[in-house]
Amino acid sequence: MALTRREFIKITGLGLAASGLGVLGFGASGEAQAAAVRPFKLTHATETRNTCTYCSVACGILIYSMGDRAKNARSNIIHIEGDPDHPVNRGTLCPKGSALLDVVHAPTRLKAPRYRAAGGTEFKEVSWDFALDRIARLMKDDRDKNFIAKNPAGTTVNRWTTTGMLAASASSSETAYLTWKVARSLGMVVFDNQARV
Amino acid sequence: MSELQSQDYVRISATTMTPPMARSHEDQVAKLIDVSRCIGCKACQSACMEWNDLRPEIGHFEGSYENPADLGPSVWTLMKFAEHENEQGNLEWLIRKDGCMHCEDPGCLKACPAPGAIVQYANGIVDFISDKCIGCGYCVKGCPFNIPRISKQDHKSYKCTLCSDRVSVGLEPACVKACPTGAIMFGAKTDMQQQAQLRIVELKTRGFENAGLYDPQEVGGTHVMYVLHHADKPSLYSGLPDKPRISATVDLWKGFIKPLGLAGIALAALAGFFHWISAGPNEVTEEDEAEGERVLREGEEKLS
Repeated sequence: MALTRREFIKITGLGLAASGLGVLGFGASGEAQAAAVRPFKLTHATETRNTCTYCSVACGILIYSMGDRAKNARSNIIHIEGDPDHPVNRGTLCPKGSALLDVVHAPTRLKAPRYRAAGGTEFKEVSWDFALDRIARLMKDDRDKNFIAKNPAGTTVNRWTTTGMLAASASSSETAYLTWKVARSLGMVVFDNQARV
Repeated sequence: MSELQSQDYVRISATTMTPPMARSHEDQVAKLIDVSRCIGCKACQSACMEWNDLRPEIGHFEGSYENPADLGPSVWTLMKFAEHENEQGNLEWLIRKDGCMHCEDPGCLKACPAPGAIVQYANGIVDFISDKCIGCGYCVKGCPFNIPRISKQDHKSYKCTLCSDRVSVGLEPACVKACPTGAIMFGAKTDMQQQAQLRIVELKTRGFENAGLYDPQEVGGTHVMYVLHHADKPSLYSGLPDKPRISATVDLWKGFIKPLGLAGIALAALAGFFHWISAGPNEVTEEDEAEGERVLREGEEKLS
């Protein structure tokens, strides 16, 4: 495009005038912005009540996952915050609890049982069936060998003192009741909970 | 609280338009940070990063409990730890949650040259509308509290939004909800002021004679307020300004030079227009034309 000197001056002058009008508040530059706050990200997320995985305080948490659990929607946890209806924490959380989302999605998170055979050097992932069968087998063998039905005085005691159980603290009363029943009905006396992490 | 939309703006950066005024009955909100109840656990920091999907790069130990070392584009709130020896020679650990104060008269908004990049909602929240941000950094200079940070990736400015997305649907900000000691509270500004007074009375009975509320009137009050045990010396708390002021340069530029310059441009345009209709355009006369021809010819003769 060939421009004469005069045309060039006219065009630049027009440009200057247009931007000048903008600065003075004419035109669209001062228009109220339609874009408002960031959309609330939990509007239709599924809310699930649970207990924090960390310490024995056992704070109530609300887990928010995307999707409404429809058949074709795969849930994915997108946010975790405190449960205001939980009597322990009433919505609050500690820094670790507040960062639970990153525990859920941590690449190093353990998602399946792992097994290191006696004398082996490496853990390898195994199925839950394998793990539970093996635990049951070892427990049964040990109990059969060391179970004490009667003490030297001949009183029935039904003790199993060679295996202990360390149970989780972040359990509901019902879970704790069942855990207690399972351990005690086996005769287990070494029984503690994870009161601190 | 209604959904925040264009009618909820009471201030918009770099524009001469009057924001809509009809919605004048909205409650002003405030966050109250009771420094005397804070244990420095950083749950607020975690909750902020979790809710706002911020994950700053993992840094290095800098010799202080402050972690990360400073506010940043992905660090909108930060616990600051100051060790203070009082008159009795006892150590006081003054821990302050730093972040945007949501000033009633926001220096960032005043300094911002990008139309609509910084807005103030009717409830008092000052928010950055990032797609309008041009990354000039004027808000950093305009802020009396040194809060906004420019991202090196996208050259946009970021700071705490007071969880405007949560507040807009009737929830409290994420940091407020998480705080396990109740050091951070949220509600109507008047309620928070009352709450603060109750606490100040209690602190005074415990020997903190100078306990008080930090709601600096130099910036018209703030929507994030502190209860301080040493309200007479806010600077003890990791440099909280005693008298926060918007920089004089910003006031001079935005309050005086810019309007004057704009008036100058407008006057020049008007003068030009009236000159054009009264005196008309500058026509080339026949004598000018002839003189031009003569000069050209002379030049050509000289060359040849």
